[in-house]
Order: sequence, then structure tokens, then C-alpha cells
Amino acid sequence: MVGIVIVSHSQKLAEGVVELAKMMAAQAPLAAAGGLDDGELGTSYEKIFAAVEKVYSADGVMILMDMGSAVMTTEMVLEDLDRPNVKMIDAPLVEGAVLAAVESAGGRSLEEISLRMEEVRATKKF
Amino acid sequence: MDTKKILEIVAAIAKKIEAEKNFLTELDNEIGDGDHGINLARGFKSVEEKLPTFADKDIGAILKGVGTQLVSTVGGASGPLYGTAFMKAGNACKGKTSLTPEEFVAALEAAVNGIKMRGKAVEGEKTMLDALCPALKALKDGLGGGKNFVDALTDAVDAAAAGVEYTKTIIATKGRASYLKERSLGHQDPGATSSLFMLQTTLEVLRED
Ligand SMILES: Nc1ncnc2c1ncn2[C@@H]1O[C@H](COP(=O)(O)OP(=O)(O)OP(=O)(O)O)[C@@H](O)[C@H]1O
Ligand SMILES: [Mg+2]
Repeated sequence: MVGIVIVSHSQKLAEGVVELAKMMAAQAPLAAAGGLDDGELGTSYEKIFAAVEKVYSADGVMILMDMGSAVMTTEMVLEDLDRPNVKMIDAPLVEGAVLAAVESAGGRSLEEISLRMEEVRATKKF
Repeated sequence: MDTKKILEIVAAIAKKIEAEKNFLTELDNEIGDGDHGINLARGFKSVEEKLPTFADKDIGAILKGVGTQLVSTVGGASGPLYGTAFMKAGNACKGKTSLTPEEFVAALEAAVNGIKMRGKAVEGEKTMLDALCPALKALKDGLGGGKNFVDALTDAVDAAAAGVEYTKTIIATKGRASYLKERSLGHQDPGATSSLFMLQTTLEVLRED
């Protein structure tokens, strides 16, 4: 199964998104990388790195993040990791995570899920 | 400029950032999330703690070490941005134990390009680049016009200060301040201000000679 990492400035938000996504896909390998070491708001390079390692497998990992430093720091982690099957996804955090988890649990590949993420970006709530 | 000078500059920047922590945070309160000073002070405190382990390293390794430390401790956008800047500058100084003015320019240019790459930003978006880009240009122009290094760097600091003033007149299109649109007008950019402080501090240390 494809691993999923949720990066956020807030530990609570990252863990909450993981919790929501797990509701529909308990088996999906999800990891939260939220906040700084001391729980303060911010982005932690080490937490992102550890979260990717935690859910990594040959099936790959997709990373969803909130904004600003979450994006830039994830980019730096990926440069240092140098693994071709770890991808950043530009999608709404909650909807993206739920869809990714369902698809991962359903056995879809990283490529297939990435394509479906394009849909979630275009989907309107009402 | 030798290894010892570089270490002095880094130490002086760490002190300056700590001294200006509240001011930078107040600026970020106006148009951001009020953490720029806190972020950078946390980062440079950890750099300061690492300094003794840099003592026997070359300039490239020192700057790279500073960058790595900032990336892993700052926690805000200025972490990956300044982190990338120092790492790229370090790359440009690989193995060197002293820098000519031209080599310093090359390092600063690599740093500025690193920030542009990481932030996907250009001049005029109300970021640190609005201090750094004019400073780099002034430094090059000064040296090209035959000025000595300290005089050219003085021009660079003046250009960065003018750049900080300029950020008051433009709307942010990158970073947190961009959410405020025209309400970001009238406020100076925190990151441009911290960049000015770093250049000022570099100049002050070099002037001591
Ligand atoms: N994309 C960017 N390109 C260049 N500089 C940027 C960019 N985004 C932000 N900055 C600079 O970073 C400064 C803010 O740094 P700070 O440490 O407060 O990060 P932040 O905006 O709080 O980070 P976060 O993305 O975590 O919210 C801004 O004043 C600006 O100069
Ligand atoms: Mg901030």
C-alpha cells in the first residue's frame, strides 16, 4: 500500500487529518508530521523525514501539506531522501487525505492515486 | 576574509538576531503570523551552540553547517529559505579557507539564487529578496567600479535598507502576507528586515579590521 504523510504547522491538525482519513481506511499506512518538536506551531524537517521513513515501502509515499514552510521543507526532505517513488501532492488537505487513504487501502498505485488527486482538486463541495 | 572572520560574522549575526527578536516578531505580527523573530532566534541559537564544532572546518563546510542547522530548527518559511541560502553559499565556497571579494560575491549570488529557487519568488513580491537582490547588485557595481570591499559592502547595506523601505510600498504576493493583499501596504517585510540585519552585521565585523 502507498504510504501517506500529512504535513502541517499544527500537530493537532496533522493528527486530526490522519484520524479522519483512517475512519474510511483503517489499514492505510498514514503518518502525521505536525508542528515542532515541542508541539509549537511550525514545520519540522526531522518530523517530516521520520514520517516518510515510517510509512515507506516499495509502493511509495505521497505527501500532502498545508502551506508555506510546510511545502518548502518537504521539498528539502525529498531532495535529501532521493527516492523516486516519494511524491508531493498539491491538493486540499482533508479531501486529499481521505481520498488517498481510501485508494491506498484499495491497493492502487502511486501513479493511479496521483491522477485521482487531480480530480479532488477540481471537485466543488457545493 | 578567512575562516576565523566567517565564524566571527556568524556569531555576530546570531547575537544581532537575538537582540532584534522582538522587533522582527512585531513586524511579522503586522502582516504575518507573528513568529519571524522567534523562528530566527531559535535557529541562530542552535547555530551558536554548534559553532565550536565548526572551528576546524573550511568556509564551505561552516556555511553548509549553518544552513543545515537553520533548516532543522527555524520552523517557518525563513528556515528553508535562509537554510538553502547558506547551504548554496557553502557549496560555492567548497574547500576554501579564505575568500576574495569576487568569491564573496559568488557566494552571495548563490545564496540569493537559492532563495529564489526555494521560494519560487522574484524581486518585487515583498520578501527578503527585496533587500538581498539590490544589495547584491550594489556590491557587484561597487567592486566593478573599483571600490574596495568594505566600501562596496557599505553600498550594499544602503541598497538593502532602501529595499526594506521599498517593501512598505508594495503588496505581498508571496508568503503569509499575501493573504492580506492591499492591507500589507505600509508595512515593511520582516524577512527583508532580517536580511538587512545580516548584511549590516557582516559589514560591522569587517569594519573592525
Ligand atoms: N516564497 C517566499 N519566497 C521568498 N521569501 C519568502 C517567501 N515566503 C516568505 N518569505 C519571507 O519569509 C518571511 C517570513 O518568515 P517567517 O519565518 O515568519 O515564516 P512564516 O511566513 O511564518 O512561515 P510559514 O510558511 O511556516 O507560515 C517573510 O517576511 C518573507 O520575507
Ligand atoms: Mg511568520
